[in-house]
Amino acid sequence: MRGQVHLWAAQRITAFVLAAAVFVHLATIMLAVRGGLSAAEIVARLSGAEGWLAFYAVFALAAGIHGAIGMRNIAGEWLGWRGRGFDALWLGIGLVTAAFGIRAAWGLYHA
Amino acid sequence: MAQLKVRIQRSDGIAEYAVAARENQTVLDVVTEIQREQQPDLAYRFACRVGMCGSCAMEVNGVARWTCRTHVRKVAEDGTLTLRPLANLPVIRDLATDMKPFFDKWARARGQFQPKDAPNGAVPVEFAVVPPSSPKRQEADAGIECIGCGVCYASCDVVSWNPDYLGPAALNRAWTLVNDVRDGGRRERLDAVAGDAGCHSCHSTQGCTERCPKNLDPSSAIAGLKRSIFWGVLAP
Ligand code: HEM
Ligand code: SF4
Ligand code: SF4
Ligand code: FES
Repeated sequence: MRGQVHLWAAQRITAFVLAAAVFVHLATIMLAVRGGLSAAEIVARLSGAEGWLAFYAVFALAAGIHGAIGMRNIAGEWLGWRGRGFDALWLGIGLVTAAFGIRAAWGLYHA
Repeated sequence: MAQLKVRIQRSDGIAEYAVAARENQTVLDVVTEIQREQQPDLAYRFACRVGMCGSCAMEVNGVARWTCRTHVRKVAEDGTLTLRPLANLPVIRDLATDMKPFFDKWARARGQFQPKDAPNGAVPVEFAVVPPSSPKRQEADAGIECIGCGVCYASCDVVSWNPDYLGPAALNRAWTLVNDVRDGGRRERLDAVAGDAGCHSCHSTQGCTERCPKNLDPSSAIAGLKRSIFWGVLAP
């Protein structure tokens, strides 16, 4: 029960983080595409930039956690996937999703 | 006289009846007429006929309603009524459902008042003085008129997806008591309504609020429970 409440709280808090991060993300996109978008430009912005690395890492982690908790709820309702085994599965999916995003941010940081 | 076509979901299948369409008749009047004149073994439930007892709820043309307070002319489609027992509850027979799971969940949600100054349910020595205009009392009053009809419970998708879900009425009752300054069971009650079988499964779709014949707002009550539990987790 406690755990379920924490999942719920985590989803709300990550939703809050996502709302802010999506806003920053969209603003960055709009600024970045002005005058065309090139790989060199992206690398120039992100390479060695700790601030951006941290931002994308937090963004990816929040998205992974938020999405997995949400999918857990829907799968419980629609497919009857309930219990500790499935919870572990969703935790794995969330962390793997986040890891993909963080790896991409890490790669650009070192590019 | 014009005829009303009535299709009733009985335990052994759909049965069709025709009754006289009158100027003024409630859905309960129609069911009673069918039982008295045409189908003496038709099972259904009612008591007060005036929206007090909450026992006459059924699904009328797809929507859960109090049949005693529903005029036929407001809900008939092409002169037809389709009646089913309330959804999300076991059927005893025909239109009568077993309300046991519904009330068991009230108990699970700790829906009983627990006097602060007389923990074992004893009668308190003194009357508590609670001004009706105090904000806490008004929050408690907002949900107190529930008569346990089960209309909201039958209208909630989450109940149909998760049979363990406490449902809007039990959670509305819990929130009412959480706001009652005379009640001493707040902590246990919030624990009892937390988690996947409790308020955290509600999607705030407001189906319950839309359908409640007493115009109560279980959806907001549930949001209140989530809020209280959230702050309890962050700052225990
Ligand atoms: C702007 C960013 C976002 C915000 C503000 C946000 C907000 C929310 C909120 C408040 C809920 C709870 C809904 C409920 O209780 O019924 C939710 C559920 C959900 N979100 Fe997000 N979200 C965002 C982004 C995302 C992203 C990027 C994904 C995909 C990875 C996602 C996937 C989900 C899923 C699958 C659910 C479950 C639906 C449910 O439980 O009803 N969300 N979101
Ligand atoms: S608001 Fe919550 S309790 Fe009410 S019908 Fe929707 S899911 Fe069910
Ligand atoms: S909240 Fe409304 S619909 Fe639900 S049981 Fe109480 S009176 Fe009936
Ligand atoms: S018969 Fe009592 S509420 Fe309808």
